[in-house]
Amino acid sequence: MTDQHVRTHAIDVSSVLRDQKKTGEPNETCIKVENLNLFYAEKQALHNVNMEMPKKKVTAYIGPSGCGKSTLLRCINRMNDLVDKVTIEGKVLLDDENIYDKSVNVAALRRRVGMVFQKPNPFPKSIFENVTYGLRIQGINDKRVLEETVENALRGAALWDEVKDRLNDNALGLSGGQQQRLVIARAIAIEPEVLLLDEPASALDPISTLKIEELINELKEKYTIVIVTHNMQQAARVSDYTAFMYMGELIEMGTTSELFTNPQKKQTEDYITGRYG
Amino acid sequence: MIKAWFKSGTPWVWLNAAAVSTCLIMVVGVLGLIVVRGVGHFWPAQVVQFSYQEPGGAVQTIIGEHVDSSITPAAMAKSTGYIMADDEDTLVQYLIKTGNRDITGADFRWILERNIQQQQTPAELMVVERREWGNFYGQLLAVKESGKIIAEGDQAWPVAQARIDQALAIFKEIAHLEKKEVGAINYSLEQLRLEQKRLQLNNRWDAAAEQRLAAEKAELEIDYNKYQTQLSELYRQIRRDSLVAKTEGGKEIEIPVAKVVRVFQPNTMSRFDKVWHYGVKLVEFLTDDPREANTEGGIFPAIFGTVMMVIMMSIIVTPFGVIAAVYLREYAKQGFITRLIRIAVNNLAGVPSIVYGVFGLGFFVYILGGNIDQLFFPEAAPAPVYGTPGLLWASITLALLTLPVVIVSTEEGLARIPKSIREGSLALGATKLETLWLTVLPMASPAMMTGLILAVARAAGEVAPLMLVGVVKMAPTLPLDGNYPFLHLDRKFMHLGFHIYDVGFQSPNVEAARPLVYATSLLLVLVIVGLNLSAILIRNHLREKYRALEG
Repeated sequence: MTDQHVRTHAIDVSSVLRDQKKTGEPNETCIKVENLNLFYAEKQALHNVNMEMPKKKVTAYIGPSGCGKSTLLRCINRMNDLVDKVTIEGKVLLDDENIYDKSVNVAALRRRVGMVFQKPNPFPKSIFENVTYGLRIQGINDKRVLEETVENALRGAALWDEVKDRLNDNALGLSGGQQQRLVIARAIAIEPEVLLLDEPASALDPISTLKIEELINELKEKYTIVIVTHNMQQAARVSDYTAFMYMGELIEMGTTSELFTNPQKKQTEDYITGRYG
Repeated sequence: MIKAWFKSGTPWVWLNAAAVSTCLIMVVGVLGLIVVRGVGHFWPAQVVQFSYQEPGGAVQTIIGEHVDSSITPAAMAKSTGYIMADDEDTLVQYLIKTGNRDITGADFRWILERNIQQQQTPAELMVVERREWGNFYGQLLAVKESGKIIAEGDQAWPVAQARIDQALAIFKEIAHLEKKEVGAINYSLEQLRLEQKRLQLNNRWDAAAEQRLAAEKAELEIDYNKYQTQLSELYRQIRRDSLVAKTEGGKEIEIPVAKVVRVFQPNTMSRFDKVWHYGVKLVEFLTDDPREANTEGGIFPAIFGTVMMVIMMSIIVTPFGVIAAVYLREYAKQGFITRLIRIAVNNLAGVPSIVYGVFGLGFFVYILGGNIDQLFFPEAAPAPVYGTPGLLWASITLALLTLPVVIVSTEEGLARIPKSIREGSLALGATKLETLWLTVLPMASPAMMTGLILAVARAAGEVAPLMLVGVVKMAPTLPLDGNYPFLHLDRKFMHLGFHIYDVGFQSPNVEAARPLVYATSLLLVLVIVGLNLSAILIRNHLREKYRALEG
């Protein structure tokens, strides 16, 4: 265990810098995690995590089940606040602002950091009402604005053509893949800065998965995306950066191509070559 | 063989099926009995004329409706004092509704079959439904106007019908004037009296106020006098005519037309006439006020009171129960105390309802109501306004009684909302309150409706606590009327459940009231079914709308 701790502190972010050299344009940091520890009651789920996620790039978290990748993701929009008996130490900086500061309005934070869950969770309302939910909470009731936003968000989530004739139908009548894209549309309707995707395709069939992956590629033009995935091929396909986590620790993080072709740590190599996990 | 049969589970299946069938048979039996006994009540029965001779007595004539028979074995009849001939195996008795209570003193009479000499159904026999003294059975002789005979013999019947229709129209007018117009004036006068007293209590009683009130009073008095003259004229008209009729004993009596509800000759009625008669009686039952100590007429005030009370109860219990459940489930820290509260709530559902009645009387009526009277209605003293049983207190007491059901089912509904839905809402920047209000509560609304359905089912059938906190045998006014403020929560009201008890067991004429008990029971069941059905329809609609839970 002590061995691991040493390694955690010596995270190599050189690959991020190297990428910077390659493309020639500097990567602006969007989210920075500093010394993050998280406890569920007595049990520690995250061990001193440090990482940076660049703006308008896709960062993927990979790792075996229970390694803390979802927990880490949920720290970024403070979803873990809802869990009983949770203690969080350390900082998560969003645009250099600590979101765990006492003065932070959590609802406002979540408007900036959207989230899509593993299982599609549309509300039992019409498609239109689902997409406008976030806006209505903000008190926007102008019908023209709402209609425009719905169209843009649904187009953004590549769902518009499939549902434009039945916006007033119940969202629960959509297929699983459509529901998941609806949830993405719902999230981008409030124009967040960051999108957190928690295994967004794990409950979907291969074709829907493909659509979601294509969508992620389009969305990164506008949003900083953090995605948790079980599927290493998926991480390789969609992400720019990948972080490998194991037992609540961040083992290694780098550009996706580096991490998959030339992992620095043996644990990473073992995992991506399928020797465990 | 037998062992294999037991092992196959067949006996177990049979046992289950038997249990279900028993339940079904019992339910169908109860409903069947109520329907058969209750529905038949309004059907016009044949009026039979018996020649009856008791051993050693003279031949009597008995006129009446055959209501019931009883067959007693000879041995048993002997032991109760009947003299039985050797060849008689049984003693057959008939219960005859003979009416004419004002003359004979009893409505019903048991007669022995063996003493009946002859039995006929003469066409000219008539039944007079009266506002007092119950039915009259006999023969119409003549119609009188101001004491003079205007029609006799065969002409009497059509003239009587015409005169009665006339009288009924006048009666309706009188009732309208007395209840609506004069009632409103009396109500206003009472309000003026209270205002005067209030001003006096507040030391604001001065010449101006006195003058104003006097002027208003004078105006009302003028109206009142106008109606009074109208009324006395109407009374004069309605009292003018009377029917002369002959009873079974040959006695002639005079029945004022003003006291007649309807006359009919059941022995000459065709099937169609009878159906029409039945319909008229049924409508009267549903829409009229009761008369003759509730044993005749309609039960509209009781239906109205029951529905009104249940609606008031629902309005009170739903928000309370839902808010309590939301706090318990969503906000309170789960632990020992919330567990304790839940146990307490569940146990409340098991407290006998009369205990709630006692509590309602002691706390709501005397303490709360008494204080409200002292604070807000000092001018009414010593007459209580809210310090006496009434609709409000009855509704609140029943709301308290049904609160546990609503809390428990709402809590269950809240617990069934998937976490993912709440997280989805929170992730869009909704606060906890917004999430509750926009998503969780609408999705839990079918569960709330389930709670309300159970509450309504329990409250509508409850009688015991109501007897302490607001139900009366006869309420002169409905809790909802045309006098400001229209809804009078302080008034006492009538209730179907209590009506059944009162008519069946407290009335002076139990025999006559028995069919009414069944009819009222049937109606109570129908009212509860109706209330429940509407709640179930609403719930199904909501379920359809929020069917995410199954997904």
